[in-house]
Amino acid sequence: MSDTQNLTLVQAVRDGLYTEMQRDESVMALGQDIGKNGGVFRATQGLQAEFGENRVVDTPLAESGIIGSAVGLAIDGMKPVAEIQFSGFIYPGFDQIVSHMARYRTRSRSRFTLPMVLRAPYGGGIRAPEHHSESKEAFYAHEAGLKVVVPSTPYDTKGLLTSAIRDPDPVVFLEPKLIYRAFRGEVPEESYEVPIGEAATRHEGEDVSVFTYGAMTRPTLEAAEDLAEEGIDAEIIDLRTVSPLDIDSIIESFEKTGRAVVVNEAPKSGGLAGEITAIIQERALLHQEAPVKRVTGFDVPVPLYAMEDYYLPNAARVADGIRETVEF
Amino acid sequence: MNTIGRDPSDRVQVLDEDGNLVGDPPEIDEETLVDIYQDMKLARHFDQRAVSLQRQGRMGTYPPLSGQEGAQVGSAHALADGDWMVPSYREHGAALVRGLPLKQTLLYWMGSEEGNNVPEDANILPVAVPIASQVPHAAGLAWSWKLQDKDDTAGICYFGDGATSEGDFHEGLNFAGVNDVPMVFFCNNNQWAISVPRERQTASETLAQKANAYGFEGIQVDGMDPLAVYKVTQEALEKARNPEDDQLRPTMIEAVQYRFGAHTTADDPTVYRDEDEVEEWKAKDPIPRLETYLRAQEILDDERVAEIESEIEERVADAIDAAEAEPRPEPEEMFEHTYAELPPQVRQQREEFLDSVEKHGKDAFLEE
Repeated sequence: MSDTQNLTLVQAVRDGLYTEMQRDESVMALGQDIGKNGGVFRATQGLQAEFGENRVVDTPLAESGIIGSAVGLAIDGMKPVAEIQFSGFIYPGFDQIVSHMARYRTRSRSRFTLPMVLRAPYGGGIRAPEHHSESKEAFYAHEAGLKVVVPSTPYDTKGLLTSAIRDPDPVVFLEPKLIYRAFRGEVPEESYEVPIGEAATRHEGEDVSVFTYGAMTRPTLEAAEDLAEEGIDAEIIDLRTVSPLDIDSIIESFEKTGRAVVVNEAPKSGGLAGEITAIIQERALLHQEAPVKRVTGFDVPVPLYAMEDYYLPNAARVADGIRETVEF
Repeated sequence: MNTIGRDPSDRVQVLDEDGNLVGDPPEIDEETLVDIYQDMKLARHFDQRAVSLQRQGRMGTYPPLSGQEGAQVGSAHALADGDWMVPSYREHGAALVRGLPLKQTLLYWMGSEEGNNVPEDANILPVAVPIASQVPHAAGLAWSWKLQDKDDTAGICYFGDGATSEGDFHEGLNFAGVNDVPMVFFCNNNQWAISVPRERQTASETLAQKANAYGFEGIQVDGMDPLAVYKVTQEALEKARNPEDDQLRPTMIEAVQYRFGAHTTADDPTVYRDEDEVEEWKAKDPIPRLETYLRAQEILDDERVAEIESEIEERVADAIDAAEAEPRPEPEEMFEHTYAELPPQVRQQREEFLDSVEKHGKDAFLEE
């Protein structure tokens, strides 16, 4: 058993980068303010001092330039990990993501592939200004050729980031910044992988399956604790990867409970919650004992922080959704 | 290195419109001169056949290059063997110089991704359709050589005049300057971005001068003059590999030229430009210009020209035969190359679709 450290989620990001950069000299990091400053959330703190200015690079302030040059870096030998400072600022580089990152393997018939990671802090709840709080994982999950990861624990963060860096294909790595420093967890010092595409059962239960990921895992677990006192035994599945979804785990849990709730902080329409609902309909209709309930953000722009708490699902809304499903 | 340092508005020319030597010729051997001539002729003949294939319904929408052979072929010949080419979507002429079989170009425009399956020994990136989006790739690619100590490697990135209005052009050149990477940014200024003329793209006097904003040299060259293009590209590549102390590695070359034909076969240029203008530019045609020079130098004669023409016709005809003989890809190929390993749900989609194909037969899905 190797030594462990007690790290926050953002420290686990740093640790994952650190161990992979130590192991593989083709791994590099690039982005705004990630060098000397160590990133605005300190996700790259001290890495430039450790690995030098050529491997931890402060770039010009240009999202398309960052993502597009990372594509170019990945074509002939490097494994770039590009950081966009906030996911809400990714859009000038969106063309690079959908037109190139996602398509290079297909377009070149695998002659050129992109072992690259695009990291961005995402999601709401930190009292940030406009454009800092959105959850748009569905954009990326909708795009064939990408993988999309949203970790919820420090242990998973390091392991999933390690897998993402080693993955031969591009991975969008969305870091729920609400829980960057919300709690600590044991993280091995050595390098390890948490496989992309595998969900984790956070709490076993018999009455209802609750599917969630990222920062919403915490209020969901809180709700489950409250409901346990009422005699409702909820199973909590942390999806960890939203593309590709771990369909087998979703279906296995649902076939056991016959009831499902999906919790995420994205707008309700056109998102992952609807996708998971559809998967259940396709694969396990005959096990279904209640409508699938979606507890999500709303189809309105994410409000500024005076109203932000109304927007984000909390334990009370999640518990109501679970109760409604169990009592149907 | 003198040429690269010129004022961006001081357009470099080696041959005038009539093929007379008016500037210092590049360092070039006779064989390369004939190769440039031959490849320009090949590109022109290929282009004419390709447009005709589209008209006959044997190929999809195709972007013609006639008029632009001097810029494409002249620049591509200046690259060294291991160098890289980052194209947009009209560089069939440069691509053939760099080892992309004509059959591949035809296959791509006949609707098959296989056309982008570049041979292992050719360092050519696949066609990039969104305007200027390949420019940041070129900046990153050349940066990767620097980081990996691939000191002898350099590259060329092609884009058009319209691309210089895009953010990606600016971001790509800016990254190239900041990271000081060995990439030549080659603007095929053919005067028209579909229907929008050069003067509506920018109030800048030249496109080349934009490079100055990124800290490196921009140079304008007569893009209808293959020898001038070869010369400036050769010097820019030399600087990319071995810059002087006070120079950055990247260069932007603005090759002033003209597309004789339409933007694509779906475009009708008579709607937006005068035939007189086209005729004026046709008088600057790079192919007869070089031919006149090579005949005057006694490098070419009637016999050799006839030989070249018949070789070219055969090569293009063979490529068309080979592309048309290529069977339509099997339905399952649609699912390949999406990921290194196909995710379970995509595997399932493939299985369901293949069951459907088996049930109804492939023909039931094909509209012809």
